Amino acid sequence: MPVVCSCCAQARAMLKRPKTGHSLCRECFFWAFEEEVHETIVSASLFTRGETVAIGASGGKDSTVLAHVLKVLNDRHHYGLKLLLLSVDEGITGYRDDSLETVRRNQRQYELPLKIVSYEELYGWTMDAIVKQVGLKNNCTFCGVFRRQALDRGAMMLKVDKICTGHNADDIAETVLMNVLRGDIARLRRCTAICTSGEGEGAVPRCKPLKYAYEKEIVLYAYFKRLDYFSTECIYSPNAYRGHARAFLKDLEAVRPSAIMDVIHSGENLSVREGVRMPVQGTCNRCGYISSQALCKSCMLLEGLNRGLPRLGIGKHHRLHGKILAQQPLTLDEERKLKAVDF
Amino acid sequence: MCEIDENYGDILEKSTIPCVSQMCMKCKSNSAALIIRAGDAFCRGCFKEYFVHKFRAMLGKNRLIFPGEKVLLAVSGGPASSSMLAQVQQGLSQDTPKKLRFVPGIVYIDEGGATGQSMEERQMAIAQLKSIFQATGFPIHIVHLEQVFSLPGSVLEAASPTPTGTDGSYKGAVDQYIRKGSTGGAGPSEEPTQPRGHPVLDVQQHLAQLSTMEVPSSQHSQEMPSSQQSQALEMLFSSVRTLTAREDLLMTLRHHLIVHTARTQSYAKVMMGDSCSRLAVKLLGNIALGRGASLATDTGFSDPRHGDIMLVRPMRDYTSKEIAFYNRMFGVASVFIPSLDTKVSEKASIQHLTESFVTRLQTDFPSTVSTIYRTSEKLQTACGPQDRDAGLTARCLLCMCPLDTTSDKSSAFHATLVSEKLSQKLPSEAAPPKQGCLSSTGRQGKDCGALTDGCCSSDRTGRVPELRSLLCYSCRLTIKDTAAVDSLPPYILTEATRRMQRSQMREEIAEFLLEEDDG
Repeated sequence: MPVVCSCCAQARAMLKRPKTGHSLCRECFFWAFEEEVHETIVSASLFTRGETVAIGASGGKDSTVLAHVLKVLNDRHHYGLKLLLLSVDEGITGYRDDSLETVRRNQRQYELPLKIVSYEELYGWTMDAIVKQVGLKNNCTFCGVFRRQALDRGAMMLKVDKICTGHNADDIAETVLMNVLRGDIARLRRCTAICTSGEGEGAVPRCKPLKYAYEKEIVLYAYFKRLDYFSTECIYSPNAYRGHARAFLKDLEAVRPSAIMDVIHSGENLSVREGVRMPVQGTCNRCGYISSQALCKSCMLLEGLNRGLPRLGIGKHHRLHGKILAQQPLTLDEERKLKAVDF
Repeated sequence: MCEIDENYGDILEKSTIPCVSQMCMKCKSNSAALIIRAGDAFCRGCFKEYFVHKFRAMLGKNRLIFPGEKVLLAVSGGPASSSMLAQVQQGLSQDTPKKLRFVPGIVYIDEGGATGQSMEERQMAIAQLKSIFQATGFPIHIVHLEQVFSLPGSVLEAASPTPTGTDGSYKGAVDQYIRKGSTGGAGPSEEPTQPRGHPVLDVQQHLAQLSTMEVPSSQHSQEMPSSQQSQALEMLFSSVRTLTAREDLLMTLRHHLIVHTARTQSYAKVMMGDSCSRLAVKLLGNIALGRGASLATDTGFSDPRHGDIMLVRPMRDYTSKEIAFYNRMFGVASVFIPSLDTKVSEKASIQHLTESFVTRLQTDFPSTVSTIYRTSEKLQTACGPQDRDAGLTARCLLCMCPLDTTSDKSSAFHATLVSEKLSQKLPSEAAPPKQGCLSSTGRQGKDCGALTDGCCSSDRTGRVPELRSLLCYSCRLTIKDTAAVDSLPPYILTEATRRMQRSQMREEIAEFLLEEDDG
């Protein structure tokens, strides 16, 4: 006997929601998913009327679904936003060029303007060239730091008021777990915020409307709505530390499906003792971007790459910041430590 | 890598490979007997010194155990708590000037009824433990988990703490003690300068009088619990659907029993034997359970949530490896007693999964446990909402931590409520607001959906919505997994009814109350 949808109690249930376990029909699921995102946006007051919002589009499932849902909600609830797509080309052959094709297809489908910024034009380095120099172990650091700055620079070029990224509940939960495992108390405090604080010049606030949407539900949504997206994993990702946190989270979800929301809830309710040293937000002396050190991380990484000392950005070298800013040469000993590690 | 203080300046230098013929790194004269962490080799004597010193330093640094105080040691028979017992015994018996100066007692909670052990097995385990405990000469209290059914509801109240705690008064207390001369035996647990009719003492006497259970005096052995109580316990635990919730519930009941024993036997502090590795696993597991708000109390050195009884964890600096080595090298006896998660598959419960994850990660990244431990030191417990009302309505019924289920619109908790609402049809008949829920026993399970979140499945009794509003986020999840909430021990149910009535009274007269009183 077919199961009936638990929401409208009429149509036949086509799927079981991973988040709550209820059986729903397609239409009710679409409606529930979209309304939850709407509730997230409204309760956190993410947008104001008339803003221009850039959607960070990678061609993957999260950003495709995000673009679709935002367009639907913008029309349905009259947010009055001007939406556009912003994409970053890291220069990973075989991965990024294919996903950019998907983004261009999305642009045609949703009729949103698109801008692509690339690492090559911003920094002079593609990810492939970086991996050749750095090796396979710490390259995710380079990609992540550069991409964030690339998004901000692209947003400034387009003169938007906000950036939206497609981070979902699983991403945030993984980040909380990873920060606990790494002992990074400063990031632990900030990582569950739905919107970055965005004070200071040159910093466009970034928000995550899909913060409470499970990854599985995003896939279900895309599947039933027949949205096309690019679904291959980055070829360099298996060696990242985040993989451990992700495997753990997947196991937790298997034991108790609400575990993902529980982890986010824990992360939101943590409080840090007073007197713990936290980084202070300032600006980079070289490029003017926000930074908590004298030199921002991407300047450090670039400096390291350009000088052939790829480990310069990995780990903290406070003493060297001054030297680099003043263009002094590093001692032989320091240079030796900063060269790439042979595998 | 992302830490503020970490410096990778030396990471690429060659590290010395430890080998057996190394010298002890401390005294450099004896040959090393064991290696701790990455490269610290110790000889026997230095290791013992290091181990003992850590225990004293932990107690001394925190200055929470006052001299002459009665302290209850919660011993489960496992290696960490047996080690703690041995340390305390050693510390008290030595004639060194740094002798420990408190009066200990031992409590052991027999959980065989919940873990499915037979009476004979339980009695055998108790006999083994008794022989270890009797060698120490401290008063012994053996408490069976079944006694949870005769606890008074006052266990769930956080009585106001004894008025001590600043460094000044610690020093004062130490000086006073030295001046009095160290008299052994039953030291008083109150300060000599307390005025007559001190509220805390009265509370303690009052609470002791409320006890309906007979807690045995020192060497007197407790009879095994009645079959009626055993059956009730069995029914409770079999009605819990998931192992995660069962473990959580067992831990809560265990804590309540320990606190009650401490109160009735007038102990002011309780020492728990949680080691560093165990606490790292607990921290990560608690994050997965949704207990982020109370991480500091669950894993920190001191746990003040019960008010007058403070729980301390002096073993929190020791890794399980160090404890195992010490127990083996210096002959500390421990008894293995099976628990709920013995021999279960890896993914049977969240706690068990976390434990295997952390131990596995520790082999690849040896600093995992210590990093997690240091993270726990930087956390604190946020003040709960509504700190008025003596924190009564603002504390969870089961775990006694401040409630973290505020109605903050932009939060994960709110998002889960919204999802629940959107995924199902709202119940068409709404029960009359509030009055319907407060009649206590003998009421049928009418839909109380309108009172809380609008979702009340048909097979649950009406008690579930009542309890939910009194519980913190993770205790709600535990109760959600409990099919028969009525099988919870009576003290929990009566306390729940009482709190609901109080809050309803309060709402009725809210506009006439001038001051926030501490009723």
